Amino acid sequence: MSKTIKEINEKIKKGAAVVVTAEEMIDIVKASGRKKAAERVDVVTTGTFAPMCSSGVFLNFGHTKPKIKMQKVWLNEIEACAGLAAVDVYLGATQMPWNDPLNEVHPGKFTYGGGHLIEDLVAGKSVRLKAVSYGTDCYPRKEAEASIRLSDINEAVMCNPRNVYQNYNCAVNLSGKTLYTYMGTLKPELGNANYCSAGQLSPLLNDPEYRTIGMGTRIFLGGARGYVVWNGTQHSPCAPRNSKGVPEVPAGTLMVMGDLKEMTQYWVRGASMAGYGATLILGIGIPIPVLDESIAENCGVSDADISCPIVDYSDDYPNATGKVLGSVSYSELKKGSIEIRGKTVPTASLSSYSRALEIANLLKEWITRGEFLIGEPQRPTPGTDSGIKFKSLKTK
Amino acid sequence: MPNKKIVLHFSKNLVKEPIVYKLIKEYNLSFNILKAKILPDEEGIMVMELSGDEKDYKKGIEYLKRSGVSTQPLSKDIGRDEDKCIHCGACVVMCPTQALSVDRKTMKVIFESEKCIACELCIEPCPTKAMRLHF
Repeated sequence: MSKTIKEINEKIKKGAAVVVTAEEMIDIVKASGRKKAAERVDVVTTGTFAPMCSSGVFLNFGHTKPKIKMQKVWLNEIEACAGLAAVDVYLGATQMPWNDPLNEVHPGKFTYGGGHLIEDLVAGKSVRLKAVSYGTDCYPRKEAEASIRLSDINEAVMCNPRNVYQNYNCAVNLSGKTLYTYMGTLKPELGNANYCSAGQLSPLLNDPEYRTIGMGTRIFLGGARGYVVWNGTQHSPCAPRNSKGVPEVPAGTLMVMGDLKEMTQYWVRGASMAGYGATLILGIGIPIPVLDESIAENCGVSDADISCPIVDYSDDYPNATGKVLGSVSYSELKKGSIEIRGKTVPTASLSSYSRALEIANLLKEWITRGEFLIGEPQRPTPGTDSGIKFKSLKTK
Repeated sequence: MPNKKIVLHFSKNLVKEPIVYKLIKEYNLSFNILKAKILPDEEGIMVMELSGDEKDYKKGIEYLKRSGVSTQPLSKDIGRDEDKCIHCGACVVMCPTQALSVDRKTMKVIFESEKCIACELCIEPCPTKAMRLHF
């Protein structure tokens, strides 16, 4: 038996679609099998709420009088990339103010960066804009300053080159000193093990071969409706997978886009990783249309079926040795401690499972009420047969 | 039978005195040092939990005052900004007293302030700066 996205959308419009969260789907598939689950369930909702560094927003400020071709732009002293047309910029989530001490006194605090600025914009706060230029005949002005709010400017479009990582490392520290990483603070000698995935709720772990998720897929993005616009950067679909097709290491990624003006602060949060930098914690949810039995089975994936590599961030990660210390399942990680080299190591998550569940439930509500239709992918996300190789940069 | 957390401030000239030893020995109080810090050219600060008989406790505090050690109840504490906390769990592995823990059912982070010793280890690793120090 199989369904089409069109048929599922007709059901959604009538308020007749059966929508469950990826967490609820586990028991449904276990109890009634993949065949019955596929017949019964139309849509499975997923979610994730975690730091996503490769995020940012395109902004168009509108023209000043007289006009300026903004060559360098700062928002609350944070430089935005202005190498675009006159009043367009791209503001990245990890960018820091020009006068921030960074890691001069290690570990730096990174109290306010691009992610916080994006959160401030979403919260409706006023932000100080400064721009300089060299002046042209058509854009004579050389300097401009203004206080702007999100509602004052023409466009603010979030466009994130790499989000929703399909699986991620579990980070540990084998060295004798504390490490400050994007995976959080890692205490010496296996003091803790930090992981970052919603596991069984994570979007791409519920559709491991991207059968329903591609360019045009409508998603929950920062509290608003957004879209998948491409595969993400560093998309690595050919990574090793288990017998169920679930990647055992970080694999697929998505590029996503949405209107920042529609987003809410609760789902768009600036974050500071001590000694590392600033970033953005973002909520994303993706609905998976249950088109056939195999998709139903995939959505029945549980934390016990998903494992991730344990990586030493004191040597193997920074020096790209490719070595892993072992692998561990998310069900083990979620218990609070794991065994590594005979030592009991407490675990911590950087991804909020409770918030991910909130997203999956919200999306379920929207779809059940007929307010959110499934987007038909216009370009499939490159999959396991794409032959994509994960490249590294050779220096000379 | 009081069981109180207090902050002791030792001036520079008192740092070498065996004050805590006497407090225990002569006033029959039991103690648990939660935090101790002596910095060059600065006073010493010690946060301790004192317990014992009510009378002994009062006498002990008087002794501290007589010796020039100023005391105050531990008013500095760590609070959590509920709006900022996203329930990730980054703080949990930093907490030495399990004041921060994860409810494994809901996967939410629980903060039990009565277990907190204000060591501040959770503040820096919190990505959203939800853990805060209050004076």
